[in-house]
Parts: sequence; C-alpha cells; structure tokens
Amino acid sequence: MENLSISDHPPPPPGMQQQYQKHGQHQQHGGAPGQGMPHPPHPSLGRPPQPQQLPAQMFTTAAQLLDLTDKKLMVALRDGRKLLGILRSWDQFANLVLQNTRERIFVPPGTAGATQERGLYADIERGIFLVRGENVLLLGEIDLDKDDDAPPGYDLGDIELVQKLAKEKKVQDKGKEKKKIRKLGNEGFEGENLGEMLL
Amino acid sequence: MLFFSFFKTLIDHEVTVELKNDIRIRGVLKSVDQYLNIKLDNIQVVEEIKYPHLSAVKNVFIRGSVVRYVHLPSNSVDVQLLEDATRREAANQAGKAK
Repeated sequence: MENLSISDHPPPPPGMQQQYQKHGQHQQHGGAPGQGMPHPPHPSLGRPPQPQQLPAQMFTTAAQLLDLTDKKLMVALRDGRKLLGILRSWDQFANLVLQNTRERIFVPPGTAGATQERGLYADIERGIFLVRGENVLLLGEIDLDKDDDAPPGYDLGDIELVQKLAKEKKVQDKGKEKKKIRKLGNEGFEGENLGEMLL
Repeated sequence: MLFFSFFKTLIDHEVTVELKNDIRIRGVLKSVDQYLNIKLDNIQVVEEIKYPHLSAVKNVFIRGSVVRYVHLPSNSVDVQLLEDATRREAANQAGKAK
C-alpha cells in the first residue's frame, strides 16, 4: 500500500487481468521453474496504454495519508493524549507509525492550581509509537514556521508541575463528565459517547 | 455510498466539522473516503484558546468515527438532487432486501 502514489495508474480492469493469468499459465506449461508458485507478471508486460481517468485510489484513506508521510504531525488520541512525531508508515485503517515522538501536555488557563491567566505546556520524549487506528481522533500536519513558537496564550512549564496539574484537571473533568452523564441518563438520554469520554 | 458521493461534490468548499469532543474546525474540504474520514486544509479552530494543540496545525485528517456534525454551506447543496438520490438509494435497498 505504501508504494502507491496518486499518480499511479489504477489497476487494470478485470478483462485485462484474465489476460495476465493466461499469460502466466502459458509460462508454466513451458516448464518454468517453481511450478505452483506463479511469478507475478512484469508490470510492463502486455499492458496496453491506460485510458486517462482518475486513479481509483484517489478517494481512499491511503491516498489521504500518503502526502502526510514523512511529515511532522500532531496526532490527537481518543484518551486525550497529544503526540507530535514524524509519520513514517500507515495502512488503510489509519494505523500509524510515528518516529521521534514527543507527548505534549497542556494545562489550560484558569485551571485550579494554576495561578495565571496563561496556560502551561510541557513535552515528554517518547520515541517510536505504533498507534492503532481506532484510537486516533485526528491528525494534523504541523506548520514548521509556527512549530518553534509556543501556542498562543501558553508558556513552557516544568514537566513535573504540568504533569501534576494535568492529572488534577483530568480527575476534575472526569468527575464533571460523570455527573453530566448521570443527569442526562436520568432524563432518558443515551448519547453517542455515554460509554466513554472523548477528550 | 450515497453520502460518500455527496461529500465528494463538496470538495474545495469551506465546511465546519464538529467533533464528538465539541471541537469545531473550519476549513476547506480537500478529501473524503469511504469511512467519511475527512481532510481539511487551512484550518481555523473555533475557541482556539481551549485547543492549543491545533495552533500550529495547517491541515487535518479527521477520523470519520469522531465526527458529530459537518456544517455545510447551504448554497452548495442541491437539496432536490440529494432528496431524489436518497429516494433512489432507498428504493434500491428495498429492492435488494426482497
């Protein structure tokens, strides 16, 4: 999958594949070595000129991820984690491999314990990540011009302090969310994410 | 596949995608696939201060399963056509079920 590109030709229509098969059988009858394991026909063999059309893979998950390969990305996961890393590999389920990953923790302004009107953030080096697709909320390409600046309204904080504040905030949010879900549940609501919280 | 085709007609239009975690992202629809995963370009986040992780991001790939709503520009939706297509699809489905 990784070797596809938008400019690749779409696979040949079924009729042409049959031609391929016949071609392969012919070779085998000729006593080619390795019988029972047909050799894949050489890509340039017997391929008539392709009609001009949009590649079939244009509107696939793979095509969407293709031009993000080897770019620096921000990946938001379902459990609320934000990962920054370089996308090295992926597949049709949006399973991802990230290199040089850093986890970035944010504490928004006005969180209990954080005294300021500005938020805090901190990075933790994590290394290589293989993320299962279902855990991905969204991924975004990072604008390298803005990458070195702190997010507006946020300052780099001490890792341990930020971690502690983020943990407190998570507990707080969980409590709030639980209350909300219980109240909604009492009213008969069965929302889309009552089973799990999206962060 | 009806809505997949429908979203394909909206490519290069500006839309707002609202996620199940309440983030609203406005951007130009660049691509959509069979799972309704969405790719947006030149994004702008509503209430940006609450979502600092998106401040340096210029384009996003959003997994279809986390989308709650897509806000569409009303003048680029042909409601009549969509209605007809929906009826046709429903009729096809009913035909298959029998």
